[in-house]
Amino acid sequence: MHEFRVQVGPAGFRIGSVWEAPIRTLAELYRDYPTPTITDYSVRLEAVSPWRRYIRPSVAINGDYMLPDAAPLPLTQALLAAEMAMNLQMALGWRRHLLLHASAVEKDGKALIMTGESGSGKSTLSAMLGHMGWRFMGDEFVLLDLVTGEATPFPRLISLKNEAIDAMQAQVAADRFGPLMCGTPKGDIRHLVPPRDAVQSMGVAARPALLLFPSFGFQSAVRPVAPSEVFARLTQASTNYVALGEAGFGALTGFVKGVPARAIDYRNGDEALTLVNQLWDDLA
Amino acid sequence: MLALPTTYLRDDNPQLIIEPLDAMTVIYHRRSGMTHIVAEPVPQILACMDTAPVTAADIARRIADTFEVDDAEVEAVIAARLEEMAELGIVERIRA
Repeated sequence: MHEFRVQVGPAGFRIGSVWEAPIRTLAELYRDYPTPTITDYSVRLEAVSPWRRYIRPSVAINGDYMLPDAAPLPLTQALLAAEMAMNLQMALGWRRHLLLHASAVEKDGKALIMTGESGSGKSTLSAMLGHMGWRFMGDEFVLLDLVTGEATPFPRLISLKNEAIDAMQAQVAADRFGPLMCGTPKGDIRHLVPPRDAVQSMGVAARPALLLFPSFGFQSAVRPVAPSEVFARLTQASTNYVALGEAGFGALTGFVKGVPARAIDYRNGDEALTLVNQLWDDLA
Repeated sequence: MLALPTTYLRDDNPQLIIEPLDAMTVIYHRRSGMTHIVAEPVPQILACMDTAPVTAADIARRIADTFEVDDAEVEAVIAARLEEMAELGIVERIRA
């Protein structure tokens, strides 16, 4: 079994693989990240069956936490499998923070948090802002401290999909990207290594100051989102709210009552950035 | 034999964490671990309940005193909400 260990924010991962290539790719993309001495989770990339290790190799995603019905991926998408597996460990096992399925960037010690369904643009927006003077904190999970309410960075590889790939390739050097994976369950995916300051500062939390619900592909618009709607939507966006019990309730109500929320519609990156910067100036 | 009205008892104060947000209020019920999002008049009903068992009529009178509404009309609404709250477990139904 080939092995790689990486620390991302407060979580340490051990990724094992029967194939060497995915481990080599992970090591290259996560080269600037620290190596944990003790890991929180183990992920294993294993062959679906002994012969599928060599013939039409197919990757089964296994680890401390698994979904028995998870569909295997072809070896060409092993990096995606590893990233999905790490997401699964956090989603099912993390209890030290309230997890929100969201992206986050930081400026002046304050965090902009963006949440929404797949395709809303939260990863792309966080990637763009992270390369425009904001500090990238994460594009998959926002970790809210259960006592202080601060957002703890979790800056994994940024998962860019479809049109977002070209948009970021126009701005960022080629050696910051992982392989292009076509035909995944979510279309084309290419991972982007976060900016170096995001990795160097991944121990620095930020106070949530603005919550956005972006929707890509609609005419530019802004509307306020009532606290009760925010609460309901964030319970849906959290994988561990129920498991955290009273601590989760306290963290979520504190967040909802203290952070202004807006829904934004936009047709392109320029419109989104205009809305983001205006709302940040007005509300954060 | 005359039937006595159903009485209800609010779960002990520490069991309910009540956080008003806007027109809706969220309630965490420690005993069950459940979170409830409720609208008026549920928060007002809970506010009228202390440690003693009460009937819907008792609560209607207390609410009518506070909000200047017709307590006869309000009682039916409160009775329906109390039954729902009893099903959720945030009040206890004590049958006479």
